[in-house]
Amino acid sequence: MKSNRDLIALAGQPNSGKSTVFNVLTGASQHVANYPGVTVDKMTGLFKHNGKDYEVVDLPGTYSLTSYSPEERVSRDFILHEGPSVVINVLDASNLKRSLYLTFQLSEMETPLVLDLNMMDVAENRDIHIDPQTLGKRLGVPVVPTVIKSGKGKKDLIEAITAAAKTEKPVRAAHIDYEEMEPFFREIETKLSAAPDLCESYPPRWLAIKLMEEDQGVQEVIRKRHPAGEPLVEFVAGQREAFERQADIAPEMHIAHRRYEAADQIIKACVQPRSETVVPLSDKIDRFVCHRFLGPAVLVGVIWALYYLSIVQGYNVTNYTWPILAKLRSLTEAVMPSPGFIEIPLIRSFALWFVDSINALLNYIPIFFILFGLIAILEDSGYMPRMAFLMDRLFSRFGLHGQSTLPMVLGGIYVGGCAVPGVMSCKGIPDERSRLATILIIPMLNCLAKVPLYVLMINIYFADHKGLAMFFISTISLLVVLPVSKALTLTVLRKKETAPFVMEMPPYHIPTVRGVLKRAVERVGLFIKKITTIVAAVAVIIFVLLQFPGLSEERAAHFESQKGKALSAFYKKIQGTAYAEPLRDENRLMALITYWGDYNTARMSVKDKEAMAAVNEQFESRDKDLFAIVRPGRDREAKKVNRAFKNLFRTRKGLLRDMRKERINSSFLGKLGRWLEPATRAAGFNWRVNVALLSAFAAKESSVATLGALYQQEEEKETLETRMAREEAGFTPLHALALMLFMVLYPPCLATTLAVKIQSGSIRWMLFSMAYPMVLGLGVAILVFSGGSALRLSGLQAMVGFYGLALALTVFMGVVKNQNEYTR
Amino acid sequence: MTLDQLKPGSKGRVKHLSARDKLGQRLLDMGVYPGLTLKVVRNAPLEDPMEVELDGCFVSLRHSEARYIEVDVP
Repeated sequence: MKSNRDLIALAGQPNSGKSTVFNVLTGASQHVANYPGVTVDKMTGLFKHNGKDYEVVDLPGTYSLTSYSPEERVSRDFILHEGPSVVINVLDASNLKRSLYLTFQLSEMETPLVLDLNMMDVAENRDIHIDPQTLGKRLGVPVVPTVIKSGKGKKDLIEAITAAAKTEKPVRAAHIDYEEMEPFFREIETKLSAAPDLCESYPPRWLAIKLMEEDQGVQEVIRKRHPAGEPLVEFVAGQREAFERQADIAPEMHIAHRRYEAADQIIKACVQPRSETVVPLSDKIDRFVCHRFLGPAVLVGVIWALYYLSIVQGYNVTNYTWPILAKLRSLTEAVMPSPGFIEIPLIRSFALWFVDSINALLNYIPIFFILFGLIAILEDSGYMPRMAFLMDRLFSRFGLHGQSTLPMVLGGIYVGGCAVPGVMSCKGIPDERSRLATILIIPMLNCLAKVPLYVLMINIYFADHKGLAMFFISTISLLVVLPVSKALTLTVLRKKETAPFVMEMPPYHIPTVRGVLKRAVERVGLFIKKITTIVAAVAVIIFVLLQFPGLSEERAAHFESQKGKALSAFYKKIQGTAYAEPLRDENRLMALITYWGDYNTARMSVKDKEAMAAVNEQFESRDKDLFAIVRPGRDREAKKVNRAFKNLFRTRKGLLRDMRKERINSSFLGKLGRWLEPATRAAGFNWRVNVALLSAFAAKESSVATLGALYQQEEEKETLETRMAREEAGFTPLHALALMLFMVLYPPCLATTLAVKIQSGSIRWMLFSMAYPMVLGLGVAILVFSGGSALRLSGLQAMVGFYGLALALTVFMGVVKNQNEYTR
Repeated sequence: MTLDQLKPGSKGRVKHLSARDKLGQRLLDMGVYPGLTLKVVRNAPLEDPMEVELDGCFVSLRHSEARYIEVDVP
């Protein structure tokens, strides 16, 4: 049962400043969890007062407490079943009538209430003067006026909460008189008393009201826990009809009407009538922000600023943070056992692989920090609903929602987003069907990590039409995403719950620096915690798949003998020179290899002669003999050794590369790629492409890195472009186009997959989000490659053709009717 | 006449809500009930949704939803 800790719940309507109250009360001691079975966040925090601990739960902001939305269900279940000592009801003082509508519903649940009359400053500014004492008297509950944003009233609020929590028998809040409906309630309550334990866990009057409202959640409870459940539900249905005949109004409408009337009466008693109505500032702003022509322009500006500041400027910041990560890598290099001539210790390659994988993600932190900060500003300012207002018409045609705008912007509606924050920001979409559709299509947008492969392909195969190809790939994802989303809506998502669009346009607010920073830090922390652990696990798996079973004994022996040959040739050449002794064994040779590498690195960063001299001096003092070999000068013997060593160094590099290539060839992943080849042939993918695509599942950047490993360098500094063009002689622009389109439709990366699971709340949707893009991607790639080959199209022709097809499909899908009729 | 037929700038008095269930309840929760006077503020750039003012707050809704609100124009 309850320990010495009191449980406090925070309830209120959206935009009432409830979250600010929560932050002010609990400070940094916050914890996010999920309510069981739904994707609604449960925020918990602690505060101490007079040596006693209080646990505060921030319930989701809701306008009402029906069973129509998961947020409302979660809130009322918490109040009824967790039995908080006090429920703090945060009210927007500038919007008292609608705020009280919720207050009445809370008081009907017969829970101890404390009213926080928040945003008093906004109300005063709007010439609304409320007398909190009268309000408290009329309602029968303590009322504390606050401007919690600036900390005003915090002390009084805490006093009121702790006093209310102490009271044994809390005062009952005044009940609404539902007039002609009262006899109906009495009759239902009499019938309810047949189940005493039911009346113990739920207030009977509340059950009666909810039954008259035809609340499906309560009907369910009655069916389960009342001895004559089904007959009672049927009886109420009859009562509802009888009431509607008698009063000529639907029961739920009468109930709402009475609540608003009661609110009006209270307002008349405690609010001075306004002298004149003024146009709120927010409406003046909206004349521009929601304007027919200016509105879209402002929206484009906001999105551009979001991109520019987070992606472009964030990337610049990574120039400063990358050295820190690089240091981490070189530190790992130093700690790990050093490599042999051709034997790289497994632990070393594993550690470096691991650090590289994690670094690739940590590198995004500055971008995410800026991005999350900017989103917090957009959220707090109140611009989000305007964004939804502007875009809803377009998106709703395709089964999406006005509020899908932000997730799609983040996911990369043009080029350069990230699906992880995109999917995570889907939370706010109230309509479950649209939310799922948005979650499922976001991974098909152009995230930053897909871009390297596009650039590679375009540089090799569409070199003459770079601009056109880049435009194609940037915009095609939107033309794919919209029809796909509509198709999903009409098929697999057909039966999902929908919600009305009806949305408040809250007044604009100036976001606080503290609030924005806090949210950005919180979300980045969550990202690091949730994502890096998964990515780390996957890095291990991919490493194993790429490394094992490893080289056969036969091949290992082959490389060993190659090594022997190279070494003995080297020693033969340097025999008799003064340097034969300093390089007597493999250890010394390895020291030279390291020295050589270090020297070249040091020399690269040198600009003038003086610095060069300093570097030379430093290396000479490090090892005189090795220095002589590296910089032979006029020393004939040293020159000879230098030449021989360069030869050997090249041979070693070649051997290492061959070994790596063979290891990947014979690895599990390589085998899988080859095994898939017959299936992907029609799409134009050979096994090497398959391996690259498979490795991209962990993180999409990996595709290009793996290709880099698969196409070996023949000369120093040969770009991947020339290597690939050479080794894949049979590869045509048509192949490249099919590959790029497959990448557009590629299944979400692991981090995104995890985000999909969190946001959809189900493993089945997560698996679906992985499977359907694979099928679709392969289908499109086969269509483009096989179809294009059959019609003898060039890559460019196929590109234009596919674009036309996608455009036609988008227009067609936009015209198909959505089924979204409401019952009358 | 239904709300979706009102032009921006015009006022109307809610006569009847013909929507039930989810939409009906949602409208009631947002403060739309018979007897209330509301004003159409504007349509979105692509015509839909629309924004209305009621009791000092601003609410946006789709025309397909506004069709369920019958209004009298004074």
